[in-house]
Amino acid sequence: MAKYLLLKHYRGAPRGVNDHPMDTWTPEEVDAHMEYMNDFADRLQESGEFVTSGALADEGLWVRYGGEGKPPVTDGPFAETKDLIAGGMVIDVDSRERALELAAELSAAPGKDGKPIHEWLEVRPFLGEHLRADG
Amino acid sequence: MDEHHLRELVPATIAIVRRRGADFAEAEDAVQEALLQAVTTWAHDPPRDPLGWLVTTSWRRHLDQLRAEDARRRREERAAPHDPVSATGWGERSDVTVPTTDDTLDLFFLCAHPALSPSAATALTLRAVGGLTTAQIARAHLVPEATMAQRITRAKRSPAGRRLDAPGDIATVLRVLYLIFNEGYGGDLDLSAEAIRLARQLNLAIDHPEVAGLLALMLLHHARRPARFTTGGALVPLAQQDRALWDGTAIREAVGILQGALARDALGPYQVQAAIAALHADAPSASQTDWVQILEWYDELMLLAPSPVVALNRVVALGEADGPRAALLELDTIPSSVPRRTATEAHLRERTGELETAAGLYAQAAREADTVPERDHLMRQAARLRTHLGQERGGDGPVL
Repeated sequence: MAKYLLLKHYRGAPRGVNDHPMDTWTPEEVDAHMEYMNDFADRLQESGEFVTSGALADEGLWVRYGGEGKPPVTDGPFAETKDLIAGGMVIDVDSRERALELAAELSAAPGKDGKPIHEWLEVRPFLGEHLRADG
Repeated sequence: MDEHHLRELVPATIAIVRRRGADFAEAEDAVQEALLQAVTTWAHDPPRDPLGWLVTTSWRRHLDQLRAEDARRRREERAAPHDPVSATGWGERSDVTVPTTDDTLDLFFLCAHPALSPSAATALTLRAVGGLTTAQIARAHLVPEATMAQRITRAKRSPAGRRLDAPGDIATVLRVLYLIFNEGYGGDLDLSAEAIRLARQLNLAIDHPEVAGLLALMLLHHARRPARFTTGGALVPLAQQDRALWDGTAIREAVGILQGALARDALGPYQVQAAIAALHADAPSASQTDWVQILEWYDELMLLAPSPVVALNRVVALGEADGPRAALLELDTIPSSVPRRTATEAHLRERTGELETAAGLYAQAAREADTVPERDHLMRQAARLRTHLGQERGGDGPVL
């Protein structure tokens, strides 16, 4: 088993096939999209492959250590960062092929005109925490 | 009664509940519920007859379940040909007969059905044969308990209605045990130790040289575990391990088991891998390792179970037996996609004195590593060589 992070980008990903901002969809199209996403998570729970998922707010800050006894130094938020992560899902699956298959399924969520959005998702394997016992 | 003993009663209980008429999936569910109850109540109120208690409680759970499903009559008719339950209370001696090792063997095969995915088979084996709770298995795999529960439920949907018509498939059972072994240890559950316990059970239930071979292999790897990491958690490669930390008792036991298996003259991949591990365990120091014999075993393994990973391990042995140049020539035949190929090349280049190249390869291997301890170890190797090269330059060159 291996864990993968499926990352959805608001910005920074290559352009999808059916790429239109959500605010240009009809409310029904938005609902259908949300329902598809929820069903997807439910199905992964049923198949025993779901670990966690979450959506991220747009706003974010850079923070760093300010030095002994000093408050943290912050910078931002920046209105137009090049890459913006919208959220992601962690899955635990038997193979890399299965991870790609699920990412493709997620990317088939319906968008404008009820057609699949074909958005690009980033798939990142987690490093194992433990060494193989026979290493 | 400790938790360990309690777990060992689980396969026996499942076997009895099945014999009384429950199918595998039902029996396994009922016993899991009884197990959870036992974990909470036995600490302050231990039964005099633990197996009897487990059987009685499991059977009650099973009946509750049947009622809940409103299919009581139909199910009881199916259960009718079997002996009805004689419910035993607390402290009574039960009349249950202890199942034979064949029942355990049967469970191993049910849980490792070839149609199951590896994750399903390992989870089901840990619960039904290993007697672990869903929560423990979930924690060990770092997934939510609900996810693990679903994985097991789905797995059981598969073998329940299926006939066991592949009795020769001990290979799948062994693969499942080795997968569990390699999931390692984290949290409160040591899956490597669990796999060894299961392999011991299997070795008692079936007379098969590869089962013995796998048990020996796992014992040998496990024996080295105390020496594999520094107290700070950094990986220590085999050659630098403190051999005094190896578990000599486990090594002697493993060698005995392996010799018995090899004497049967039915060689298989697990016996060969155990033989290689035994040669490492046998060497008083890294420099006294019998690499020539290890290389011969790898040649054998390439005949029995050839794979790019085995070929790469053979190159490592060749490098020790015949030197790094011979190994580098052989390395050319191995595809770059094979895990640890870059790390192997880095090590060989370091030995031929190509330190700049080796440092770069170690850094690249660190980026390619798929576990955190391995990545950190390889990064330290790159840093070690780079520091050394920097000092050399600083010492030999003009002072800036």
